[in-house]
Amino acid sequence: MSWLKQLFLRRRMYADLSEEIHQHIEEKIEELVAGGMSRKEAIAAARCAFGNVTLTEEDGRNAWGWRTVEELLGDVRYGLRALRHNPMFTAVALLTIAIGIGANTAVFSVVNSVLLKPLNYPNAEQLVSLHQIAPGAPGLADFESGLHLSPSMYFTYAEHNRTFQSLGVWDTGTASVTGLAEPEQVRTVEVSDGVLQALDVAPAVGRWLSEADQVPRGPQRVMVSYGYWQRRFGGDRTVVGRNITVDARPREIVGVTQKGFRLVDTDFDVIVPLAFERRNLILAGFGFEGLARLKPGATIAEANADLTRMLPIWMDSWTNGPGTNPHFYETWKITPMIRPLKREVVGNVSDVLWVVMGTIGLVMLVACANVTNLLLVRIESRQQELAVRAALGAGWGRMVRGLLVESVMLGLVGGALGAAFAYGGVRLLLAIGPANLPRLSEISLDARTLGFTVLLAVLSGLLLGLMPALKYAGPRASLALRSGGRAASASRERHRARSILVVGQVAMALVLLVSAGLMIRTFQALRTVEPGFADGPHLQLARISIPEAMVADPERVLRIQDEILKKLAAIPGVKSTGLVSEMPMEGFDSAWDCIFAQDKTYPDNVMAPLRLYKNISPGFLETAGTRLIAGREFTWNEVYGLRPVVMISENLAREIWGTPSAALGKQLREFSSMPWHEVIGVIQDVRERGVQDPAPEIVYWPPMMEYLFGSKAAQTLRTETFVIQSERAGTESFLNEVRQAVWSVNSNLPLASVRTMQGVYDKSVARTSFTLVMLGIAGVMALLLGMIGIYGVISYTVSQRKREIGIRLALGAQGADVVQMVLRQGAKMALGGVAIGIGAALGLTPLMRSLLFGVTAQDPRTFAGVAALLIVVALLACYIPARRATRVDPLVALRYE
Amino acid sequence: MKTREQRDLFPGALEMMILRTLKRQPLHGYALAQHIKRSSNDLLQIEEGSLYPALQRLLKEELVKAEWGISSTNRRVRIYKLTATGAKHLEHEVSRFEKMLEGITRVLAPGES
Repeated sequence: MSWLKQLFLRRRMYADLSEEIHQHIEEKIEELVAGGMSRKEAIAAARCAFGNVTLTEEDGRNAWGWRTVEELLGDVRYGLRALRHNPMFTAVALLTIAIGIGANTAVFSVVNSVLLKPLNYPNAEQLVSLHQIAPGAPGLADFESGLHLSPSMYFTYAEHNRTFQSLGVWDTGTASVTGLAEPEQVRTVEVSDGVLQALDVAPAVGRWLSEADQVPRGPQRVMVSYGYWQRRFGGDRTVVGRNITVDARPREIVGVTQKGFRLVDTDFDVIVPLAFERRNLILAGFGFEGLARLKPGATIAEANADLTRMLPIWMDSWTNGPGTNPHFYETWKITPMIRPLKREVVGNVSDVLWVVMGTIGLVMLVACANVTNLLLVRIESRQQELAVRAALGAGWGRMVRGLLVESVMLGLVGGALGAAFAYGGVRLLLAIGPANLPRLSEISLDARTLGFTVLLAVLSGLLLGLMPALKYAGPRASLALRSGGRAASASRERHRARSILVVGQVAMALVLLVSAGLMIRTFQALRTVEPGFADGPHLQLARISIPEAMVADPERVLRIQDEILKKLAAIPGVKSTGLVSEMPMEGFDSAWDCIFAQDKTYPDNVMAPLRLYKNISPGFLETAGTRLIAGREFTWNEVYGLRPVVMISENLAREIWGTPSAALGKQLREFSSMPWHEVIGVIQDVRERGVQDPAPEIVYWPPMMEYLFGSKAAQTLRTETFVIQSERAGTESFLNEVRQAVWSVNSNLPLASVRTMQGVYDKSVARTSFTLVMLGIAGVMALLLGMIGIYGVISYTVSQRKREIGIRLALGAQGADVVQMVLRQGAKMALGGVAIGIGAALGLTPLMRSLLFGVTAQDPRTFAGVAALLIVVALLACYIPARRATRVDPLVALRYE
Repeated sequence: MKTREQRDLFPGALEMMILRTLKRQPLHGYALAQHIKRSSNDLLQIEEGSLYPALQRLLKEELVKAEWGISSTNRRVRIYKLTATGAKHLEHEVSRFEKMLEGITRVLAPGES
């Protein structure tokens, strides 16, 4: 019989035992009576021969070894009864615990899904991103993204490696799909061969793109995402083999991806093969992300060494054109720094999440301290009961266990409620969908999260019960019987436990508030940074792309763009319009050029520092509110006339020529066959990568120019951001008019990324604001809980000291003296907590250094402000009970003496 | 007041006697007690009650099994039977006990030295 089955059958077995013993005695009596004894004597004799029936039964039951379990069940029943008897206390305690555990569970589910769980690919631990840095490449080394791969690098790595199963490069983009319904701008990923093979997730319908689909000018094929398939084709399985028109070119659909499939963390609608034209490739063109799957057993260090080995092969196999030295790149010191793909996906969010997790954990501790306080008060009123139990022979171990079982039950019931809260919280989080949180779609309450909840519930239950249990159920429990419930004058000793708890609460609240304060200061610092544009809420952005298959002639493209700008400017309420390759912080792929100045010399005369470049139209600077520091901006005549003119950022002017005005009239170019361009204007520095990042040096080209993409023929940027300055930006009616204006020029042009500049800005500071909100909530919760804690302890002390205060008042003490006396007690606790809290915060805040901007982790102003706030709040919390103390009527208080 | 050890002779003795008795025939508790008392010629003063915890222990170890039945005196009783494991256990225990007894006897025997 299994142990568990026995456990459930035990009542019947106990009944059997009792029955058996009863029958035994009966049989004995019968025999004795038959032997001639009177019935009365027989009963006595039978009993005597048998021994103690109760003890025998107990021994018999104990033989089964369930005693511990049964006692525990008894404790649970007893605990439930005790909790039911005090519904108010139970409700408050449960709610506090439930909120604490709920918040912790919700945050843990995020931490678990985003940071702990492996990525959603088979054997995801083998997946890596081919990150590499180039500390020797001027201008490039500052950026987190490092040096991307060029197509020639991809071919070299794919063909000569020894450590990868498969390897490929990819990039994100947009394309317009026409011919289905309205023209639509879709999100694309472009992949080389090897990327989908490395990820190794079977398609939902059809097949993957294969090597055969990567042939330039071969059959044009695409895959579509599950979401796009559902949205545009209603999940029709016959979609495979049909054609869609992507960027005005018909392409055959070969497959549909799995639901939820993402490329790294990129959601997309269409996968397009990159189909590199191998003959035309040069060394340069570092524009692609590398992704690979390691061979089983291969380590990242081995893979790094493998890439390092292949770099000379790459430089030997390709060139940048006649007269250039392919081994020039040795000066860049290209160093492979392969990272697990998960790190790439998670990015810098892990800092934020761990800080939030720690913060919420602290709030939980503060909440626990409050509930412990409640338990301490309650157990004081139950001292009589405990004393009686002790007097009846309950061992103190047994009593401690009983109390712990009670508090663990509080924890478990609170945990169950908390899990429900967490479920709601996670749904809410998914509904809000905070920007910049990777793997959002994977967040759920899974088994590990629920395990965490149970663990947390049990631990907090034990933590809650430990102090009261040890203090009151301890060996001295029986003493309470003697004092007969008559409140002995509140001794220092009796309140020590509660005071310690309050000091701890104040200290933890200080840590949380200091963290929140530092985030506020960070946010303030970010707001004072001049981003390089003005009046974000009134800047309307929209991306419009004119594919080559639709309009071939570059100048025609510019004319269309120009016309759209004019139509947009004619909308009522529009102040000005402009065109730019990319607004700051929009996060599209930035473009880099080596820029030579005519009056400077460069090593080898082949490579100059890489600079970010953008293209802007006349009118853009005024529209965006970006200041012109010196000179003037482009005119449309210069643009159409392909005049060799250029503008540069202030920091670039200072770097090359010392001052902005010195740069005017100087000459720049990208490579030797390009004519020199004259610098006609210097533009203020722009925080291109977000306000936290320093402004990069930028070269501003006109929107149409010769040599734009290397060849002499004039080219235009086909995808540009249209910027419209208007008070009406962002309103629905305005957007409708914008669409109509665009479609009046060409009805086949979709608008993408329609948003205000403020939206772009907010998204770029989303990490900071998310942290700020979370720490703010945590800080306020801790402050409130701490305040309740102080208030509770002080009022309890005052009620206990009523008699003493009465005597003081009767002896002539003034109300003010009493207030002062009570406040002094509160201030002592607050000061103790603040002192400890400052120490703890000094140790802990450096952990959040990576989240801070423009403020140190030990910012004295924040520390001082928070400390002052806490002391004031603590005194306020003491003031109400202090006032009440002065209203003690000496006569009433003393009558009971 | 007698302590449990005194009642139990030495640990395991009572169990051994129960198993030995049940090996001969299945019995219910009362009959078992009478039998042990009789066979020992009333030399062993065992509290009848102490039989029952021992029986519970044997049930738990699955050395005996029990079934409700009707006794010869027409009484509802629980009849205990030796299991195969019980028989093996008894053999082992008896041989161990005999060895121990032999040892004790030798020590207690009047010395020839």
